Amino acid sequence: MTNTNYKQDIRTFLENFISEEDFADEDDIFELGLVSSLMAMQLVLFVEKTLDIRVESEDLNLDNFRSIDRMDTFMQKVSAPVHG
Amino acid sequence: MGDSVTKNRIKCVVWDLDNTLWDGVLLESTDVPGLRPHVRDVIEAFDQRGILQSLASKNEPGPAMAALAKHGLDQYFLYPQISWNSKSQAIGTIAERLNIGIDTFAFIDDQAFERDEVLSVHPSVRTFSEAGLEQLPALQDFVPLHVTADSKNRRQMYQKEALRAKAQEDFKGPEDAFLRTLGLKLRLKPASEEDLYRAEELTLRTNQLNTTGVTYSAGQLRDLIASAQHQVIVAELEDRYGSYGAIGLLLISQQPGLWCIDLFLMSCRVMSRGVGGVILTALRKTCHNRQLGLAAQFRETDRNRMMFITYRFAGFREEGDLLMNELTSIPALPDYMQLDIDAAMDWRLQ
Repeated sequence: MTNTNYKQDIRTFLENFISEEDFADEDDIFELGLVSSLMAMQLVLFVEKTLDIRVESEDLNLDNFRSIDRMDTFMQKVSAPVHG
Repeated sequence: MGDSVTKNRIKCVVWDLDNTLWDGVLLESTDVPGLRPHVRDVIEAFDQRGILQSLASKNEPGPAMAALAKHGLDQYFLYPQISWNSKSQAIGTIAERLNIGIDTFAFIDDQAFERDEVLSVHPSVRTFSEAGLEQLPALQDFVPLHVTADSKNRRQMYQKEALRAKAQEDFKGPEDAFLRTLGLKLRLKPASEEDLYRAEELTLRTNQLNTTGVTYSAGQLRDLIASAQHQVIVAELEDRYGSYGAIGLLLISQQPGLWCIDLFLMSCRVMSRGVGGVILTALRKTCHNRQLGLAAQFRETDRNRMMFITYRFAGFREEGDLLMNELTSIPALPDYMQLDIDAAMDWRLQ
């Protein structure tokens, strides 16, 4: 199993929106109060485009998006091959 | 809305210059040609009604704009198209920039050839010659259904919006840093009688960011304003460029122990400003402090996924037919936006 890590891609994406450079992978970006509707939408679209999937309603959960770590975990989970 | 059998009212008037707006041909004149009779009054009348205006003139842009400035009329025209291209192309460009339907355009030109050329490409444009243009403001096509505070400022709003877009384009850096430069002020207040048509206008225009896809007439909104069980709230936004006008509408039904957001709609002009999240945060704090539950109605349309994401990221979860809020881990309000909540609403942030 390959260990793909999306953290750098996510950080690069977030830097378009957030000027704070010192945030850690586990920091809550929503608590910083910096997420507009457009950015929220673009976060979701970023995940969908990167993985070529559609994020289902039940996964549109803040907990999947609130930090680089959480987004990475979520992206690993939804992109993991289904074992039969 | 009952008006669908008649033609759309005119939203934008495009003027020719030579022998239409002024007397004579600019590039053949030694002095700036004088305005034709009534032209100034007609331009001012349209502007007051919120009808946008632009130019399609075969001329040199520099001298033409200078001549308009001399007459004190240069600020009235949005995205003026002064070039040697065809007028149909000019009108197409204006419609695209303003993002309004070509079937809401009127075109005034003294030359039949130019009017026909426009009609050959855009048959739904209403064309007029310069003769008798003083009669135009009296025609029904040029009388908006309602003139609201926002329609009187519409032209200035478009101009400010163009300045903002330019500033954002020129800004080097992340989005939050740009937002901090704007000095955003969000004001929430109960809708009054005079806001009714602004609110109706919003519900009719704002399809993309409407949480239920339902639209309301001014009459329905009037009943809801009068109802003790409902809050009808208008959101207004301004920044250092000026007012954006009414940009959001919130309809809350007050049930025992629970507030339910029946409708939440936002103008798509402000979706990058974080307004939706700020309003939901303020509501969550209020319900938490008043020990009320908070629910929201949501009905998916093909264009409102962004509102669903806004709700979900504000801690709403699907429960049966409704979205319910947990009212835990409510974030702080962002520091880039000043929030002013009318005392009559009895919202409590502390």
